[in-house]
Amino acid sequence: MSILTFILFLPLLGAGLVALLPKTAKGLIRAVALASTALPLLCAILAFLSFNGAEAGPGGYKFYQKVAWVTALDINYQVGADGINIGLILMGSIVSFAAVCVARSIQDRTKEFHFLMLIMIAGIMGTFMSIDIFFFYFFHELALVPTFIMIGVWGRGKNKDYATYKMTLYLTLGALVALVGLVLLYVQSGAKTFDLIALQEQLRDNPISSDAQTTIFGFLLFGFGILVSLWPFHTWAPVGYDAAPTATAMLHAGVLKKFGIYGLIRIALPLVPQGAQAWLEVLAWLCMGNILYCGWVAMRQKNLNKLIGNSSVAHMGFVFLGIASMNLIGISGAVLVMIAHGFLAALSFGLSGYLYDQKKTLDMDQYGGALRQMPFMGTLLVMAMMAGCGLPGFANFAGEITVLFGAWKSLPWFVTGTAWGALIIGAIYALRAVRKMLHGPVANDTPPLQDAANYWIKLPYVLLVASLLLFGIFPSLLTDKIRTSVAKVVKSIEAGTQDQETNLAEESVKTELDIQLAGQD
Amino acid sequence: MNIAASILEIAVIGLGIAVMLADLWLPREKKIWLGYAAAAGLALILFGSFSMSGNPATLAFGDMYILDAFALFFKRFFLIAAILVMIVSIEYSPKFQTGKGEYFTLVLFALAGMMFSASANHFALLFVSMELMTITFYVLTSFLRNQLLSLEAGIKYLILGALSSGFLVYGIALVYGTTSTMDFATLREKSALMTDNPLLLVGLLMIIGGLGFKIAAFPFQFWAPDVYQGSPSSTTAFLAVGSKAAGFALLMRLLFVAVPEITLQWEKLLMVIAGITILYGNLCALPQRNLKRLLGYSSIANAGYLMMGIAAMSASGSTAILYYLYSYMFTVIAAFLIIILVMKHTGAEDIVHLAKLHERAPGLAGVMTLSMVSLAGIPPLAGFFGKFLLFEAVIEQATVQSSYYLLAAVAIVGVVISLYYYFGVIRTIYWGKQQMIPEDIQISPASKAALWVCSVVIIYLGIMPERLMQAATAAVESLKF
Repeated sequence: MSILTFILFLPLLGAGLVALLPKTAKGLIRAVALASTALPLLCAILAFLSFNGAEAGPGGYKFYQKVAWVTALDINYQVGADGINIGLILMGSIVSFAAVCVARSIQDRTKEFHFLMLIMIAGIMGTFMSIDIFFFYFFHELALVPTFIMIGVWGRGKNKDYATYKMTLYLTLGALVALVGLVLLYVQSGAKTFDLIALQEQLRDNPISSDAQTTIFGFLLFGFGILVSLWPFHTWAPVGYDAAPTATAMLHAGVLKKFGIYGLIRIALPLVPQGAQAWLEVLAWLCMGNILYCGWVAMRQKNLNKLIGNSSVAHMGFVFLGIASMNLIGISGAVLVMIAHGFLAALSFGLSGYLYDQKKTLDMDQYGGALRQMPFMGTLLVMAMMAGCGLPGFANFAGEITVLFGAWKSLPWFVTGTAWGALIIGAIYALRAVRKMLHGPVANDTPPLQDAANYWIKLPYVLLVASLLLFGIFPSLLTDKIRTSVAKVVKSIEAGTQDQETNLAEESVKTELDIQLAGQD
Repeated sequence: MNIAASILEIAVIGLGIAVMLADLWLPREKKIWLGYAAAAGLALILFGSFSMSGNPATLAFGDMYILDAFALFFKRFFLIAAILVMIVSIEYSPKFQTGKGEYFTLVLFALAGMMFSASANHFALLFVSMELMTITFYVLTSFLRNQLLSLEAGIKYLILGALSSGFLVYGIALVYGTTSTMDFATLREKSALMTDNPLLLVGLLMIIGGLGFKIAAFPFQFWAPDVYQGSPSSTTAFLAVGSKAAGFALLMRLLFVAVPEITLQWEKLLMVIAGITILYGNLCALPQRNLKRLLGYSSIANAGYLMMGIAAMSASGSTAILYYLYSYMFTVIAAFLIIILVMKHTGAEDIVHLAKLHERAPGLAGVMTLSMVSLAGIPPLAGFFGKFLLFEAVIEQATVQSSYYLLAAVAIVGVVISLYYYFGVIRTIYWGKQQMIPEDIQISPASKAALWVCSVVIIYLGIMPERLMQAATAAVESLKF
């Protein structure tokens, strides 16, 4: 059995146990939930450390396992890790553990919350380790209902119901559009399998016609795009995260949302590269919308959560930019930003949740001089904001700079220029938030803010900051792994698109020959 | 003559007669046991059905009756549905002042009609089985004789049912008039040569109309919401599951076995029916406050999804229909059982009565959530895999004929709309505002068992679809694609 299967099924097992425990045994429920995310975290760290692309399994995946599921359609439970998702799995387990730690503040209906949260975590883990495109979709949708109920029951704010529905409907729409793309891929490939490895092999030799590729990539781009809040389909994100309880926002914004980008890199780019090329320009323009427009919107926010939500949408623009560059550096950077942003989003939403629990509002005008009242948590917030505007030393910097290099190589200069300029917008709203909330005169109308009382409360936040710093200072821990796997993706992109060129060349030669022959007649 | 082929139907009718006779002698307070006896008898028949095989197909009654894998698949489906409906009926029966025994008997006779319809290989048997089922349902829908809504439902079902029977007979007459046969096997050969005979086409369209009434597909769906709301909940459950499945069994056999050549010309028509049915059902369900009415519109929408499988006109489309029907049966019956349990003492079945159900009865809240999530088509539940198969079948066709993309798009819009009202039910359960004093919810052991079975199967079919997929694939092979 693969170690990944443990990472996937331990939370599910935990959910089952939690369901059996009595409602009143809150301590026990917490313990089970913590254990069933701490153990996967250990497994993930082990897997990450022992990962060295040297002796890879089938299709270049390590920790590979395959169990037949529906033979008629050739759907298999199939997990494996390569350089692209090993980092995501590690990030997902760290964020999951942190989210369970933070869920301490849920006092009402503890049992139900932990049950749903563990199901959601299992869905997240399954998504990022599946190498069967059916299960890839399946696990993502598994997390949908828990998200809906968690925001609905434990969410905050007047617009809770609106936010819940908006988020759920948007996510379902995106998922279904992507599903059409995935099924089309299954049908068009002629391989009659959902197995990603087999699909890849099949398509290497007989690529899909370029028209069909364009259709498929269109479905995948917009389906996945809605899920990753690609502009102009991003409006669910700030509203939804604002209303969500802290742990849910951490899990969704941090990890689950990356599903779409991961799908584009893992499935869309290597399998339908000609389609990707056809849509490249559109994608580049839309990600400008993310970076500029959403950064602009973030600047105007008065509420901390809305600010973080919008800035996280803006950060997704960088990932799309990396994908649009379609070269080794750009895509590697995109993966790096994904991982870094996972830690960052979880940290930011975790901290804003900490503040909300004390003051019951996130209106930035109500805060002031918080750094004096809570030096520790305040410092963490400063660090999160700095990481958000791309300060060297944090993982985000490493990712964003790589993306910019990649984009510079293959996209028009003004696109890269705008993205670079947008970093300044990021600095403006981050610094403004720090000034308003943490500096200045202490707001005196409410009971003073309490700093984190003990190590247990500090643990999740410290874990996330430490990860950001670790991968910021030693990005090669990730990039070495990422690069080899992304190189494969890029190779299949190049092979796929060269085919097209040679085909075109052959065709033109043929027509020339025809003309010559006709002339001879 | 090969009577042994129809042994299952004979057993069901025998059981029905036995229950009817026992009803005469049993004292009033013990009549509830008739329901249990009927359920147990059906379980035995279901068990016995596994000793039969539809391969190779057996013909009986002058080739009118066929027992193949497809028929057997549906017969088992109807038997399982009837067992569950029997338990639902027992739970509901305190509302009947008189005639509990008769109610159970009528359910059995309706079941016999459905089982015959699965084997219809001839228009005569098609019509007779259809009528056996429909006429029984006239009584079952208006069984609450002193309630206006139930009587209204009965009348509506009677008038529209009679109209659709008229369509059916007229259509059969036209088909017989042009082809001089009512046998499906002969019709298959003859119709292939007469694909543009207008009278034959009109006749077939009328037959499809008659069957469309049973499955509540557009434009024959008007009766569904009123009848669903007014009828006793147990009847509604049977109507939603059994009647719809019987309609689909007949439709599939008619379109793909009897007149396959003509069906090929009708892909646009079938697509339009599917698309409009999906949109109509889902859009009308949005503003509903009454849960049974909501499920009525949702059943129209589901008929639309199932029609997608017909419109795909392929083996994978038909397999998807068979799978989907199973998932639909367990989810819908679970939902109706919960409606009965929770709303025993409330006059109407408003959704608000579910408010705070998770505090009053967490188990029921959980099952209702499962059922709604499965209807909405979200993994890892049965409804998801069914919808996935239907989408797959349609998209497979879309690569050949691009207008199927439009159907897929309509279906996606439908699913997103449906999420709103299905999740609305979940919302009410978990964080709705309570409007009334809650009463105790008592669950009988049989109902508890039925709910367990339904929820386990809903999950099982979602995460272990292999077995049913194989059965469905084998059943579809007898449709000769």
